[in-house]
Amino acid sequence: MLTPIVDEDGAPFWSYARRGELRIQACADCDELRFPPRPCCPHCRSFETEWRHLTGQGRIWSYVLPHPPLLPDYAEQSPYNVVLVELTDAPHIRLVGNLVSEPGARLNSVPVERIRIGARVQVVFTDTGLPQWVLERP
Amino acid sequence: MPVLKDATAIVGIGQTPFAKQLPETERALACRAILSALDDAGIEPTEVDALASYTMEETDEVELAKALGLGGLTFFSKVGYGGGGSCATVSHLAAAIATGQATVGVAWRSRKRGSGPRPWKNTTVQLPTPAQWTRPFGLLRPADEIAMLARRHMHEYGTTRDHLFNVALACRNRANQNPAAIMYDRPLTREMYMNSRWISEPLCLFDNCLETDGALACVLVSAERARDCRRPPVYVHSAAQGLPAQHHGMVNYWNDDPLTGPAWTAARHLWKHADFAPEDVDVAQIYDAFTALIPLSLEGYGFCDRGEGGAFTEGGALEIGGRLPLNTSGGGLSEAYVHGFNLITEGVRQLRGTSTAQVPGASTCLVTAGEGVPTSALLLRS
Ligand SMILES: [Zn+2]
Repeated sequence: MLTPIVDEDGAPFWSYARRGELRIQACADCDELRFPPRPCCPHCRSFETEWRHLTGQGRIWSYVLPHPPLLPDYAEQSPYNVVLVELTDAPHIRLVGNLVSEPGARLNSVPVERIRIGARVQVVFTDTGLPQWVLERP
Repeated sequence: MPVLKDATAIVGIGQTPFAKQLPETERALACRAILSALDDAGIEPTEVDALASYTMEETDEVELAKALGLGGLTFFSKVGYGGGGSCATVSHLAAAIATGQATVGVAWRSRKRGSGPRPWKNTTVQLPTPAQWTRPFGLLRPADEIAMLARRHMHEYGTTRDHLFNVALACRNRANQNPAAIMYDRPLTREMYMNSRWISEPLCLFDNCLETDGALACVLVSAERARDCRRPPVYVHSAAQGLPAQHHGMVNYWNDDPLTGPAWTAARHLWKHADFAPEDVDVAQIYDAFTALIPLSLEGYGFCDRGEGGAFTEGGALEIGGRLPLNTSGGGLSEAYVHGFNLITEGVRQLRGTSTAQVPGASTCLVTAGEGVPTSALLLRS
């Protein structure tokens, strides 16, 4: 499986994720959230940042089901889902992820019929600190 | 008064055969396409003093100038973002010629994508993009990235697979008329489309472009000089690039409205400087790496309102005789996928009146580059 190639701006996200926390970069001056992380606030151009703890609740904004040809580890689980989750407490912050039956489960562990746009989901983390999503009402 | 409007013209086009596999190198193919375009224009290689290309092009200007015996170059440029740069090569040359930096410009594309390596076939290494937010989750290919937007468009606006089929069919029907197209002798039916294998649901096999070997080129000169060339001039009427605020590339998921991509930004500038409007466009060559890009582009370039891109394709609108004949050489879906350069050359053929699927009396054409990446577009007129 591919692991995130972490850059300087994204590093805090991943270190919080390894502790099981979903934190999103925010501007310490004007309070606006931004994603993906970057050095400067696009709203007020401040370089002061903080990492805001969020509830990890969201709704599926869209999803796809990839089929081969794919990288071998992914092909073996296909068709699997990739979801785009819009965070409930941070409109327009959307995270790409996978809908799974429980943390660390396979990428195809939720039956396709259960996936729909608008479904409420909750973030969970694998033991390596990768965020995943489970249905609020499985 | 814009300096660029109708100040330059495309006077030569050239191409190699298109195939899944061609024996020659990308460099040799590029040389052949450029020589053929110069011959079409009746211009000697020694007169070329400007080159423009776009990224993901392996043949560079130093090697081509050397191999082709070009004159001393006073202008060269390379536009970023792969397929988003195709039309910008022409606009950069037009700007250089209109402002006196050069007199004869050549743009080209040479690819061996059909026979080249595919990253997911033989490696498990991370693909070379800083995609920490998408790739680990299995969003691996452009098809996956665009399918995400396609699914949302379907959900929000009632766009259907039949709408996407309309796009695939229009391109295939035109390719069936074009002996140079890879899909020349291969008709498509709705049954074939609906029963084909998935690539990334909701996109199936026929929603995806072809992987092709081949090269193309075009030659640009001032409008004044164009009057003395062999072929009728095709004027660069308006040109624009587009990189919207808070855009993120293929995975344009993090701005307020992910369904308004670079087309909207490019279109605003393109129409601002044009003497005609979307309803006056006789024929369109719209970048079609995926069928789902067409509804988004139809909305972005103002052929219909937001959300109506799917419905626009109904009733044969994209066929010859329809409201907006589309990709009349077969496009990337059915002629060849050479990062959109074949859309430029087909636009030129339409305005010369020499297309294999000629729109009677066509005198205006929109050509666009890759939607979903920082893009570019041209309005051409005869
Ligand atoms: Zn700020």
